[in-house]
This record gives sequence, C-alpha cells and structure tokens, in this order.
Amino acid sequence: MNFETVIGLETHAQLQTESKMFCSCPTKFGNDPNSNICPVCTGQPGSLPVINEKAIRLAVKTALALNCKINNESVFARKNYFYPDLPKDYQISQFEMPLAEHGYLEIEVGGQIRKIGITRVHLEEDAGKLVHKGSAGIKGADYSLVDLNRTGTPLMEIVSEPDIRTPEEARIFMEELAHILRYLEVCDAKLEEGSMRCDANISIRETGETKLGVKTELKNMNSFKAVQKALEKEETRQKEVVSEGGKIFQQTLLYDEATSSVHPMRSKEGSHDYRYFPDPDLLPLYVDEKTIEEVRSSAGELPMDKFKRFLSQYGIPGQDITVLIESRHTADFFEETAKISGEPKLSANWIIGDVSAYLNANDLSLKDSKLSAAALSELITLVKNSTVSGNSAKKILGEMMKTGKKAKELVEAMGATQISDEAALVEIAKKVVAANPQSVEAYKNGKEAAIKHLIGQAMKETKGRANPQVIEGLIKKELC
Amino acid sequence: MSLHKLTAHELSDKLKSKDISCVELINDVYNRIDSVESKIDAFNCLTKEAAIKKAKELDNKGFSGGLSGIPIAIKDNICTEGTKTTCSSKILENFVPPYNATVVELLQSEGMIPIGKTNLDEFAMGSSTENSAFKTTKNPWDIQRVPGGSSGGSAAAVAADEAPLALGSDTGGSIRQPASFCGVVGLKPTYGRVSRYGLVAFASSLDQIGPLTKDVTDAALLMNVIAKYDRRDSTSADVATPDYRKALIKDVKGLKIAVPKELMGEGIEENTKKAILEALKIYEKMGATFKEISLPSLKFALATYYIIAPAEASSNLSRYDGVHYGHRSDKQNDLMDMYLNTRKEGFGPEVKRRIIIGTYALSSGYYDAYYLKAQKVRTLIKQDFDNTFKDFDVVMSPTCPSPAFKVGEKVSDPLSMYLSDIATIPINLAGIPAISIPCGFDNDLPVGLQIMGKAFDEETLFRVAFSYEQETRWDKRKPAL
Repeated sequence: MNFETVIGLETHAQLQTESKMFCSCPTKFGNDPNSNICPVCTGQPGSLPVINEKAIRLAVKTALALNCKINNESVFARKNYFYPDLPKDYQISQFEMPLAEHGYLEIEVGGQIRKIGITRVHLEEDAGKLVHKGSAGIKGADYSLVDLNRTGTPLMEIVSEPDIRTPEEARIFMEELAHILRYLEVCDAKLEEGSMRCDANISIRETGETKLGVKTELKNMNSFKAVQKALEKEETRQKEVVSEGGKIFQQTLLYDEATSSVHPMRSKEGSHDYRYFPDPDLLPLYVDEKTIEEVRSSAGELPMDKFKRFLSQYGIPGQDITVLIESRHTADFFEETAKISGEPKLSANWIIGDVSAYLNANDLSLKDSKLSAAALSELITLVKNSTVSGNSAKKILGEMMKTGKKAKELVEAMGATQISDEAALVEIAKKVVAANPQSVEAYKNGKEAAIKHLIGQAMKETKGRANPQVIEGLIKKELC
Repeated sequence: MSLHKLTAHELSDKLKSKDISCVELINDVYNRIDSVESKIDAFNCLTKEAAIKKAKELDNKGFSGGLSGIPIAIKDNICTEGTKTTCSSKILENFVPPYNATVVELLQSEGMIPIGKTNLDEFAMGSSTENSAFKTTKNPWDIQRVPGGSSGGSAAAVAADEAPLALGSDTGGSIRQPASFCGVVGLKPTYGRVSRYGLVAFASSLDQIGPLTKDVTDAALLMNVIAKYDRRDSTSADVATPDYRKALIKDVKGLKIAVPKELMGEGIEENTKKAILEALKIYEKMGATFKEISLPSLKFALATYYIIAPAEASSNLSRYDGVHYGHRSDKQNDLMDMYLNTRKEGFGPEVKRRIIIGTYALSSGYYDAYYLKAQKVRTLIKQDFDNTFKDFDVVMSPTCPSPAFKVGEKVSDPLSMYLSDIATIPINLAGIPAISIPCGFDNDLPVGLQIMGKAFDEETLFRVAFSYEQETRWDKRKPAL
C-alpha cells in the first residue's frame, strides 16, 4: 500500500509588545515571580480587559505577510477551563471570528515552490507558569506554586491548512514562518526558548484518497529539527500500524527529544468542552481599511520579494542573500553600506563574515552593536584604496564594534596605516633576503612558494603594515 | 439636629454655608445607624474610623460644593481598596481588594465619604437579599418584609436614613426593584454610561452601577459624579456627560408616554396597577399624554434573561476556585478536590443554580439553541424599544408587580421570585436607562413607577421624574422606625 502523509501545523508566537494583551503590565521575562502583575492579569474580581492596540497591529502585519484576508470585525471569545495557571479560569482568545483568515505561505522544498494554506491568524492571552514541588506535574506534587508574570502575554496563533505532505516540509514551513516573524519584528521566534511553539497534526491515507485519515497531535517539539524528527517518527508508526491492519486512534503525543521518540500524553480527565462564547467585557474588534493600509505600508518589503530583488540588483549569491535578509535590520544595514561604499559584494562579505563572527562571539545582535553602516563603509573604502591591509582591517573592525570609534581614527591611533611607499620598504626587503638564505636558495631552485615565507617575514617586521603587493615586488627585485 | 433625615443636596448646602461640620454629619449618620441597624441589617461592614478621618480633613479644607463631604453607602460588590468586598458570599468572605473600582475613585475625588458596604443577594443574584450568605436585610416600611434585591442593603439604608445616598448595581432590576420596595429613587443608567471597572461581575453585558437616593435631585447629583467614560472598561461609552442638575425642570408639557400592556396585565397586582394609572393621570394633568402600546417581544424577556445572565455568570464566577484568593477548602487531596470542595462550600444554592443553568446553556450542542437564540431575542427586544422611542419620549410601567413581599415567602419558589423582575429585566436586555420613583402606597407599602428612556438620554428621565416628584412629594413620607 502506498501512503500519503497529511500534516497541519498550529503555531503560537509570543508577540514582542511592551505590555500584556489586556493590561499595561510589562511583558519582560526573568523578573521575580509575580512581580509583573496587576488586578487585570491576576483576574481580580471586578477587573476588566482592554485590548492592546500594538498587539493588533503586529498580528495584522503578520497576517498580511501571510497573504491573509483581515476581518474588519473580529470577536474575542472566552475559552472556559479550570487550571491554576489561568487565574480567570477562562482564556480570552478568538474562536468563531478570528482577526484574519484564508492566507498562504510559499516555501521552497527541493527547488520547488510549495504553497501552504493558512487557515487563520488570531490573538489570545498566554497562561501563567506552575512550579511543582516533588513531581514533574501537578499530580503527585507536594505543592505547586503559581507565577503569573507570563499571564496575559500576547500570543498569536497561526493555523495552517493540512497542506503539508512531509516532515521535511513541516520543518521548512516552520523555519520560513519563524524567519518572517523575526523579519517583521513581531516575535523573536525561538522554539528552544518557547517564544514560538508548535503543535502538529498528522495523519496518513492511501495515495489518491481525498478524505482525511484519523489524526494524532504532536506536542513538545522544541527545535525545528525536533519538528521534523517527531513527525518522521509518528509517520513511520502510523504506516506500520495501518500496514499491519491496525487502526489509528485520535490522541495527543509528546515528543521526547532525549530518546527521539513519541509517547501518548496521559489523558486528561474527560474530554474538554470549552464553552466558547463572545467575551461580553470586550466589544467586537474593528480594524478599518485605513489601519490595514498603514500597517501594510509600514511592513515594507517581505523576505521573499527582497530575496528576488537583491539577486537581480546586487548580483550576490543566493546563500549570502538568505543570511542578509534574516532580519530586516541586517538587510537595511547591508543596503546602506552597499550604497555608501559602492561595493555591494564587499559589503555583503564583511557583514556575513567578520561582522557576524564578532556578533556571534559576543552574543550580540547587529542592532545592539555600535557599528553603523557609514562606519563599515569607511573601513571598506580604506581597504579598497590600500590605506589598511585586510588583516589590520579585521582588527580595526573588532575595535570599532566594541567602542563605536571611527575606522580612520583607529587606524591612526593603532598606527595601522599600510606602508606602500617603496623607499620605506626597500630596506626591509633587503634585510629579509639576507636573513633567509634557505628560502632564497629554494626560490632560485624554482620553488615559487618559497617567496611566501619571505613576504611573511617582511610582514612580521612591519607588524603587518607592509602592502603585500609592494613588498613582494621589492623582494623579487632583490632576488634577481 | 436630625441631619440623617435630610437629602444629600440639603446637606451639601448646609456644609457649604458652614451650618454644620462634616464631622457632625458623619457622627449623626453613625448614630442613626447605631439606633436602627439592628432592625434593618443593611450593612455588611462599616468604615467609621476612615469616614471620620476623612470628614476632619474636609472640615479643614472646606467644601467645593457638589457632593463633597456627603456620606455614601456602597454595595458590597463594588471593589474598595483595603476594605472587604464580599459580594455577600462565603467564597469572598475575607476578600480585601487590592484596588478601587473606578466609581469609588470618582467618589473619592469628589470628596465624598464612604461609610460602609451594604448587603446584597450573593453575587447580586436575587430579588430579596435572602440569598446573602450573611443576613437578610429588612424593609424599613415593614421589617417582616424584604427590601428587594439585590441592592436591598443600599435601598434599605437610604430608606431608613442610615445613608443619604447609596450605590447599587442593576443586572435585571437590582437597583430599581429594591428602590420600589423601599420607597426611594433608583436609577439604572444606560449600559456603558457608568464604568463597570471594579464592579464584581455577575452578567457583564447587563451589569450597570447606579444611584439609590431619597429624591430625584440627589440621583442627578450622584450621576454627575459617577457617569464618566473610563478607558479601563472597554464597554464604557465615550460620550459626553451632561450636567444632570440642569435637567431638573418641572415641565412635561407635550410629553408622549407609552405604556406597554404586557407590563400592566396578568401578574400585576390591582393596587399596583391603580397607583400607576393614577400617576399617569397626574402626568396628563401636567400636560403629558399617554397611550397603551404592545411590545410583543417582552413576553420572552424573562426566558432570554435567564439564559444570558447565567451563561455569563457561569464564566465570570469560574475564578472563585480557591487558587489565587478567597475561600479555599481544607478538604483538598488533589486539584480537582480543591476546586470542587472550595466551590461547594463557598457558593450558596441560588449561585450554584445559575452556574449550572449557564454552564448548560453554553455547552457544546446546546449553545445555538439557547445562548445564540437568546441573543437574537435580545436584539428583538432592543428593536421593540427603539421603535417605540420613534413615537414616544418615555415608556412607563410599574417597577414591580407587587409591593414588598414577606421574608421567606418566595425563598422556596425561585420562579415566582424571578417573576418579581418581569418589568425591570427587559430594560437591561435593551441596554436603555430606567428610573424607579415612589408613586404611592399599597397598604402602607411603597409602590414604584418605572420610567424608561432612550439610550444615553438620562436627562429626559430626570426631567420627567422630577416633574412628578415636585407635583406629588411622595418622597417626603418616611417609614416609622
């Protein structure tokens, strides 16, 4: 029997707002438990929610990037269930009338473009955090503590159509989605840290069948790789079960990263009836066309369009563009540097190479570093007109990023100006040739490479400041 | 001087002219409470110390007019920072809110003096205060009888001269019905007129805070303080608030009154009907006209209300789970145990009944048949009123089908209890304002006239109510306590 796999993904993304979804408490993490709280997010009797407009704008921006139709009127509903991390014992979410619907996301799989449908994008509030003493879960714990700092943090839920056909596609979809969210500065999209979470529905059916098979739901996938791995495991399991004449039962499975396996979640007591109904504390949300247009124009060019433009405008390799457009800030930084320096390729090389290396080593983002596009352009120009050597420039860049000082300033202060003057270098050339008879001998015997050693010695003498071309010429003259 | 007998606007004049000091006034009010409270049981708690401190401050500072320096009783489902807010429920018996309701902030910035929290039916669910977990408030006109509910404590406190003013809340008649039973003035403002922030929610789409006062002028003055757009309540309406005092004009010439026959027929006691007809004749004498009309959707109002209100309540009351605040059962072997026992011990029978009804109405498979259908009927009721106001200025009816009933009379029959709100419930469903004013007596028990108006047109209600009050002065009659 030939099987086709059907996968749909539900993603939750924490929005990068200053304040919570329905109150003005900060969304900052890492504070003492229960310090970012107020009557509203702790569900005090009589408190009322007020919608965070920034969150709406971020969600609209995302929905537009996902080619969705924005509903001018959407409704917040209450999802009722009891749990200690949910102080009101209902979550404010959207149910029947979400903020946006009917979109798609294009992904590239094996050189082919695949269009994955987006069912809906909606907003909701996050729950708090429980800490259990003496047990992993609330069952069997000696006691449990509740931290409500996270309660009310804005979450955006993005639901895909069951259009995904392989676990690899699922991973690529998640990566591309994360890229868009980061690029739009909507969410930092870190699966490992939980700022983006993913649940996957998977079923199999005989090839050619149009009806959906019985699905299982996968949770607890904390990396892009894990998304693919977990789905592969479950895909294999379902195929085995059906091949052996068994049946798939609807259930929720947890992925265990350590053993790379899936296990059924302990079933909750009874099935849930969330008793959704429109939240009477909130009027329907109106997003007018003017707001949508404002958000659309502020969102600017999307990654996919930017990719195509960079390819034709700058002629740099696709791999490099992918890195440059990882964030909007980096892409803008690149374009500005390219414009000022007039050297797109060199600009790309510096940003992808030494700038990124410095940022990674210091756990910084380009935004947080002290490097400006103008400063980097200046450095590129200094290298281009041979004022500094490539090697010195690398050191200078590090200093620039650390202190925010200008390249010229540093070059002078470090005495790193390149020496290109033949008169200043001829003595050095003579000295090196005299001091290294072995290399001279080798060179004269036809071993071209031996001159490298001589140049190296000359560089050492000048602390790297000698212009390599000039010194090579001078040494060659000496050797004649 | 028996200051407690005076209205707020009379007291305000005396404070301004330095006839009396605020401390004197507060002491007089608490003396009155000391002498009658044992019979009335209007208050869940008194805040005498804070009140006297505040009065001293004001005496030093002087009075800006308005309601500055006037004592006020606050229904015990409105959050007061540092003072218990119990909702007359065991589950919140020791709950001290960490914040003030918006209305309480507004009272404070006006310089008014909260004197205590008044009894109510648990979580405002009831029509007699008999559903209070702590005590039943008695009607000052006959202490064998109920004061009405759920704002029975507030209405009785005003009627018994324990407070010149009180705040209540009205979800299906909880201000107007007790005002009617106790012979005082009670206004349910337009939905969205007064902020609900800090009012412990019963049914969010119906709840509204409003005044209970000795006369119409006091109601207008208190509305001047509390009617204000509030960003913290998303259902609060961003419309300008007029100076309601300016609406207090005795003039109803040409006023067109509609009287729905559905609220004057079956189930309404004869003497009540008679009092209303007499009131209509007085309006006629003053130059108004009245006409009987039919609002056929009204007969579905009670059924609609008893779907929508419990549905919202079932969700609003979920938070009382023993985790974060309020009562937590000692019997808690595991989480489910804690939830079940906490709520079993903490809620009274009427609250449980409504949570069960509401949970059922929202359940999957029943939602469309109950909740959604009820919302549709609600729209029809609203349309019926909207249409009526195309041809009429106000609608009038009895506030209640009968005067105050006896304590214990309807406790075991929730349906007959629910029926006492038949004339008040449609107004909450329509979201429009309505005022209840005294319009006579049936065997020494007050009867209330309900005047309903267009959304955000409280001014017309005040003018119409004031005109009648000036003509009849029913407000001058006091219960013999």
